[in-house]
Formats: sequence, structure tokens, C-alpha cells
Amino acid sequence: MVKEIERYGIPIVHMATITTISESVGANRIVPCVMIPSPVGNPNLAPEDEHKVRRELCERAVHALTVAVDKPTQFE
Amino acid sequence: MKLEQRLINVNRVELGSEAKVENGVLTVDVEGLRAALMDDDKIKDVKVDVCHPGDRTRIVPVKDVIEPRYRIGRKNGFPGVTTKYEEAGNGATAILKGAAVITIGDMVGFQEGVIDMWGEGATWTPFSKTCNIVVDITPIDGIDQHTHERVVRMAGLKAATFVGLAAKDVEPDEVKVLELGTMAEETEKYPDLPKVAMMEMTISQGLLHDTFYYGVDLKEILPTWYHPFTELDDAVISGNCVAACDKITTYQHQNNTMIDRLYEQHGKTINYIGNIWAPELTTLDGKFRNCDYAAQVAHQLGCDGVIITEEGYGNPDSDLVMNCKRLEDRGIKTTLVTDECSGWDGTSQPLTDNTKEAVAVISTGNVSMVVELEPADKVIGNLKSAQTLAGGWDGCAAEDGSLKVELNAVIGATSEIGFHNSSVQLY
Amino acid sequence: MTKRVLMYLNQFFGGIGGEDMASIEPSFKEEVIGPGVGIAAAIKDNAEIVGTIIMGDNYFGENEEEAKQFILDTINEVKPDVFCTGPAFNAGRYGFSCAGACQVAHEAGIPCVSGMYCENPGLEYCQSIAWVAETANAAAKMRKAIPAIANLVNKVCTGEEILPEVDGYFPKGVRKCIHVDRIGADRAIDMLLARLNDQPFTTELPMAEFDEVEPAPPIKDLSKATIAIVSSSGVVPAGNPDRLQSASAQQWNKYDVTGMDDLPAGDYYTVHGGYDPMYVNEMPTRAVPLDIMRELEHEGIIGHVYDTYYITTGTGTAVANAKKFGEEIGKELSELGCIDGVILTST
Repeated sequence: MVKEIERYGIPIVHMATITTISESVGANRIVPCVMIPSPVGNPNLAPEDEHKVRRELCERAVHALTVAVDKPTQFE
Repeated sequence: MKLEQRLINVNRVELGSEAKVENGVLTVDVEGLRAALMDDDKIKDVKVDVCHPGDRTRIVPVKDVIEPRYRIGRKNGFPGVTTKYEEAGNGATAILKGAAVITIGDMVGFQEGVIDMWGEGATWTPFSKTCNIVVDITPIDGIDQHTHERVVRMAGLKAATFVGLAAKDVEPDEVKVLELGTMAEETEKYPDLPKVAMMEMTISQGLLHDTFYYGVDLKEILPTWYHPFTELDDAVISGNCVAACDKITTYQHQNNTMIDRLYEQHGKTINYIGNIWAPELTTLDGKFRNCDYAAQVAHQLGCDGVIITEEGYGNPDSDLVMNCKRLEDRGIKTTLVTDECSGWDGTSQPLTDNTKEAVAVISTGNVSMVVELEPADKVIGNLKSAQTLAGGWDGCAAEDGSLKVELNAVIGATSEIGFHNSSVQLY
Repeated sequence: MTKRVLMYLNQFFGGIGGEDMASIEPSFKEEVIGPGVGIAAAIKDNAEIVGTIIMGDNYFGENEEEAKQFILDTINEVKPDVFCTGPAFNAGRYGFSCAGACQVAHEAGIPCVSGMYCENPGLEYCQSIAWVAETANAAAKMRKAIPAIANLVNKVCTGEEILPEVDGYFPKGVRKCIHVDRIGADRAIDMLLARLNDQPFTTELPMAEFDEVEPAPPIKDLSKATIAIVSSSGVVPAGNPDRLQSASAQQWNKYDVTGMDDLPAGDYYTVHGGYDPMYVNEMPTRAVPLDIMRELEHEGIIGHVYDTYYITTGTGTAVANAKKFGEEIGKELSELGCIDGVILTST
């Protein structure tokens, strides 16, 4: 789906755990996430720590939208 | 290890008041079975039914299928799970061949399945050929999903053991003896045969998606070599509601066709050096770790070739190709066994991930293919549940009882251990 | 019953002229012309050629709408059972013209046959809707192309199974699930043994190629940007009001989150059957991070979170459906005109 949305010229970032698939299928902006059942979260952490992680992932994701890329790029 | 399988052929099952098997007819002690299962205070009710190949009967939603057996002179149950740990793979077991225990009941997860005993549906599942004892388990109210799954899982295993008691002291129709020495011994006998291992990938991804070896959750282990006879001898159980079509049911672990066939070739065309667990995890780190480690094990054992079998599709396709690449990079030749998600019309790209090293792949079918199943004369279970199953959809169960589902929802349809005879033709 | 075949040729093979006639208007003749003669002879037990459309290569390219209308009108009048085009060998304009013509016939429900060289630019599309025989790259090899095409026409007429390995055509790309004689385990071992013994084998699943998309230009001013959230995690309002499937999604849905800073557990949950739902059901924003995005909005880091989120289920969902959903969602977002960027979360 990522590629099809990007074809309309809208920058899009893929937040996913299995980034090897994101790369294989050609998503251009990728943010590696925590785990499949909880991509933007980490249930094993205490709430404040989890919030920090979630915040950091989203900040990274929106930041990725402001960066010019020319091929699949991971933002770690 | 030496495994003696004493096969008692069953071609008919009857519900009765004692457990016995005579002339191919297995009688199930229904009240005894119910009492044994309802010993678990989390089970509210148990219903037992039977059906045979050719009956116009549909069973849904299926959770697991287990083969009833009696372990002779050893702890009788599933080692590390329903009985204490005891080494499996070495010893004798009486097997009620042709019978299967099937668990159904309230839905636990979305990926349970359907079994049709006749017609089109029957061609897509191996369990249309077994005489089935269907155990319908109703849990008490208010338990959570995790507990529900565990309760049903254990009940299924106990049911199979209970039914298996009928095999005690019965003369078998056939005895199969399987023997494999240590790797050193076998290699001395067959120094020129290529060393081949089976890399068994399993769904190990969390509630409703786990596999257990001697009761150990495979998502907690590092990939390891293990003896294939232990799998044939009840050490592996399925704790997963992964898509019905490629779920390795406990029965299919007990009767793992890939292990069977590899063993058949041992000493003839290959030196079968055993199996390697390759659990499929949900984190990228975990995938890298398990795939690397599994390939290392294969390499260290001196494998010339590895057959990699998958369980599931989607994110596990990533593990599949990673396993393949890491083995090929080490000079080990691979053959992959997987199903595909090629869409209703068969034109979608079959796997979510790819690697150019995957040059030898067996396709066990397109899970998205829609089959139209006629109304059954009898439904054991709940037909409407098909609408919530993976592979079903709202309205797929018509008022007249006919069912349209993807193969996704049919138990064993696209078995990636090569249990069934589905494949894909490109047109 | 003898089937009716409608032939489609360009101006050259139609005997009208060469390059000088490439812009000629299309015509239909109730005759068997050019390659049609050889084909007619080879199919005579099953079918007859009832006529030939002659379409100038340039005419098609420059007047596509009119050209297609002509073809459709002729099909409606002639009512063929099979539509046979080319062979176009490696001729690009002719290949496109054949592909476009086949599209018209295909949409009218008529099976199509053609013949092209593997590099003909018209092939990629044509092979998905027609049986395209593989030919050499020059018309000098017409003598081999004719029987190849005739074989396909014959089999279409008789309903005999057509297979890439047998009938020399470019696979349409349809992967059909079938029963075979031998179980997967046996086939796997045979294949491995072949590899170990350096013997030939044929894979049952060739690896796919993935195409790439030009990266969209970055957002210049994030603090003024509107970001939309899309997800394949299956998170929907309690009760799943639109009945999103738990696997093999046939739809996508969207839900209004105007004025909302969170997706509370209980009010929202996931129907996705491919992962452990526990963590997301505890906190749906672990998959659809509306809360964090709203924080970024309130703090001015981003301009705005779009007030609707888009959702589907990403397990067992055929890539073709995922592609379609992406196209539809992308179109909607694009037409809104105010969406500057998207975050798409997957499980």
C-alpha cells in the first residue's frame, strides 16, 4: 500500500517491524518498529518508558517525511 | 534411537460405554471421556460426536487434530505437557491408525478451520480420510483468550490419550520399526551419501500462535538440532491458531510426512542427519538471530542439503528467504516448501519477500483460492463461525448452509510440510 | 460447431502498404488475408476466419479512442468466438496496437490470441489478457509463428488445457491452485536430490520481481503539515461496524477521530487475526499512534493530524488487493488536497 500512496506524490513513511520486507517491496522511507504485535509501543516497559519510546518512534517518522531520499532508506 | 510403531487399523468409530477396538471398529467410552476432560474446572461442557469419510458432514471451527495413541511401557501422554518429561523417540507406541481426535468449540482465535468429509471440500483436507472423534469443548464464562486456548489445547491432548487407551494390549495389524544411530554411526555406514537435514520452521509468535516441544515454547529457544523421532513420538504439540490451511496440527507433527519421507531415503539417496528447529519470531532482531543461528547449526553439522518447510505466510516468508540465503551463502543447497497468497484470481505476487537464492521451491497451493462448498447434511459445531475465520467473510455462509471460503480456512489444505497434494499451476 | 475467428492485422500484413500507409483509417474485410491464410488452414477442423480488421500502426497510436471504437463495433457486428491479432514480432507500434485491440475484445468477453517477440513493448500488458505465442523477432520467421498461433486458437476453440510449458506462450501470470498426484514432501525431496546431483529441476514458485516507486519529495515545513495515519493493523471501533475481515481483507475503512486525542481500549480493538492481539487491544494506539501524533500537533511539531484514519487488515491479504487499497486511499488523500504526508503502520 505504501508504494501506491507514494505514487500520488505524497511522502509516506512505513512504520514496520519487518523492514526487510519494506525494503524488498520498495518503500522509500522506513522506520523500524518494536515488534509485530505492538509496532508503536513496548508492553514490556513501564508506562513512562514506553511513552518515551513511542514518542521517539513517531518523531523519527515525521522527521523522515522531511528528508529527501533517493532509494529505500531506514531511519533508525 | 529406535521407535516401534504398532499400528492398529481403524475404519469405523462408534460411541459407546467402553474403550475398545476390535476388527477395525473403535468404540469410545463417551461418559468416561467427558468425565476425564471435565476434570478441568475451566471446562463447562463437553460434547462428543463422530463422523466418517463420505459422510455429508462439516466440522467447524476446528482447533486441532490429534492422533490417539497408547505409549507402551512409558508415561502415557505428551511428554513435558500432559505427563512429566520423558525422552521420546525411543520406545514402543500403539497407534489407532485411521482415527483422529478433533477439537472444536467456541472460537478462540480467528484462524481456526473447517473440515468437510465429502465432496469438493474433502479433496482439500487430509482429515476427510480419517474416522473422526469430534470433541466440542465449552469453557466456563469469563475466561480470557490465552486461558481459553490453553484449556482447549490440553483438553484435546487428554482426549487423544483417553481414546488411545483402547489400543492397550491390542495386537497390531502392522509394526513399523524406525532406527537411526548417531550421526557418527550413520556417516560411517554411508560415507558417500549427501548429508541432509530438515529445517522445520514453526509459528512461534505469541498467543494463539505458538508451538511446543516437550512443553517448551519454541519462541523462547535458540534454533537447535533435534531428533526427528521425537516429533513422530508425541513430543511436539501445536498451540496455534495460525491459518488453518498451513497450520501443522498436532496430528501432522505426529505423522510428519517430510520426516517420514526423509527417513525412507536414509541410507539410499541421503544420510538423514536430523532436524533443526527454526522458530519464526516477530521482531526483526529475533528473525536475524534465529535465521543466522539455524544456518550455523546446519553448517556445523556438515549439511550438504537442507529442506526448509514453513508454517504460515506473511511475515514468516521473510524468515523463509533469510534461512534460504544464509544456507546457500554457506554452500548448502536448499529446497523450500511454502504456500502462496496469490489472491482470488491467482495473479498476485505469491510471497511477501524474496531472495534470488531461492531457486528450488515447492508450492503447496494458493491460500486465497475460493472454494464453494455445498450445504452439509450435518454440521458438527457452528457454521456461522466460518464468517469470522481467516479465509471467511461476512455472508460467506449462506442461509441454505452452503459455504464459500478461501482455502485459508480449510484444515491442512496447503500444508507446508508437504502433507497434502495441493500445488499451483501457472497459466 | 465451427468457431468464428476475427483476425486483426496492421496495414503491412493486411496487404495495403508500408510505412506510407501507417496512418490509414481502419477497415474490415470479410476476407482471409496475409498470415490469416496459414492460420485458417491450420485451424480448419475447429474454426474459420470470418473476416479481418486492418488497422494502421500510426492510426491506432494517434486515434486510440476511435480505433478502439471501430474494433468494438466490428466485434459486436461479427460476433467472433476468438480474436486473433498479429503476429507483431518485435514491432513496437504493432505490438501496442495488438495489445489495445485485445483489451477491447477481452473486455467484451472474447478470448484473445496473439504472437510477439519477448521484447515487444506491447507484450507486458497483452500477455496478461491474451494467449501470446512466443515468436522470433523478425517476420522472416512467420513460418514458425503461424503454427504456434494456430495451436493456441485451436485449443481455445476445443477448450483443451493450455499450459506455458507445452504451448509456447508467455504465461498470463495466473497461479491456480490444483491437486497433483504426489504430496509436497515427495516433490520436495525429489527437487533437493536433483539439486544435490546437479540434475535439472523446475521450481514451482519463481521468485517475483518488485518494482520501485520514485520517492515523493520531502515536506518543507513540518510545523504546517497535515499528516494522515494509515494502518494495516486491523484496529477498528468496538463492534467492527463495517465488518472488516480478520484476514484476506476485501476492503479498507476510515474512521473519524475529530477532537480525539486517543483510541481508548475497549472503544477500539483489532480484528487482525495474524498477530497476538493482546498488546494492541490493551492500547490500540500501539498500532495506530493517534495519541502521540496529537501530542506532536499540540506542541506545534506538526501542523495537524488529519481527522480521519484509514485501516485495513494486513494478513493473508493478496498483494493485488493491498495495491488496490493503496491506490484508492492514495487517490482520496491526494484529492483532499490538504494531506502533506502519511505514516503507515504495519503489524
